[in-house]
Amino acid sequence: MKLREVKDILEAEVIVGEDILDLEVKTAFGADLMSDVLAFAKAGSLLLTGLTNTQVIRTANVLDIAAIILVRGKKPSSETIALARELKIPILTTKYILFETAGRLYMKGIVGCLPKVENTSGRN
Amino acid sequence: MGETNQNLYSGSFNIEGGNFNSAGIVSTNIKSILKKLGIPGDIVRKAAIVSYEAEINVVSYAKKAVVTLTVNPGVVHIEVIDEGQGIPNIDLAMQEGWSTADQRIREMGFGAGMGLCNIKNYSDEFHISSEVGRGTHLKMTIQTP
Repeated sequence: MKLREVKDILEAEVIVGEDILDLEVKTAFGADLMSDVLAFAKAGSLLLTGLTNTQVIRTANVLDIAAIILVRGKKPSSETIALARELKIPILTTKYILFETAGRLYMKGIVGCLPKVENTSGRN
Repeated sequence: MGETNQNLYSGSFNIEGGNFNSAGIVSTNIKSILKKLGIPGDIVRKAAIVSYEAEINVVSYAKKAVVTLTVNPGVVHIEVIDEGQGIPNIDLAMQEGWSTADQRIREMGFGAGMGLCNIKNYSDEFHISSEVGRGTHLKMTIQTP
């Protein structure tokens, strides 16, 4: 699915990356804990989160995340927007809550970047 | 095999403790250096993740640190030597979920007691030593094809 369709499904506002909405995405990961994102998220996935600070962009950059979807109508700070522009990481914001955001994308064919963790402590 | 005789890159970077906005700059640098050297994407990501979690630890708990990146054929070494409070009990610190993080660290999306575990899990070799009141020394090795 193209990022443009993600935008339409989530009735999202594009904050950074209006010019890269043709980007193809297939998987997603959702969390507000960046250490969990670092532990589990895969390159090329969407990152669904309610955190808006610059560390979200740093985390996305480290992992080669395709795009960040801010849920619950969150708006990033100007520092976050500047860093996302510099590192060319799209940011979209949707008013849907995390559960609805994930559900609406899943119904249209986006799947988790991993279905479940491999052991009880969740280590890879 | 004289690994050091065929050095592809050696460089070091400073991290300032307490400077939360700067956390991630060094790992972003390391990532672009490794990319330019033609290191495969999954290896670059591993190196970026371990250096990023280490940076978060330094800004959270230490006064300052020096990160050294050494790339030789077949291997990436990342070493982080900080000056700071040190870790009284390394076994405890390595336990997933154990944390002394304050609110500021948690607001950034960290401080859940996963940093050192993530570093260990993404490294092929991991070594940690620490002296209370002096600082902590991390050595990570990631193999490249």
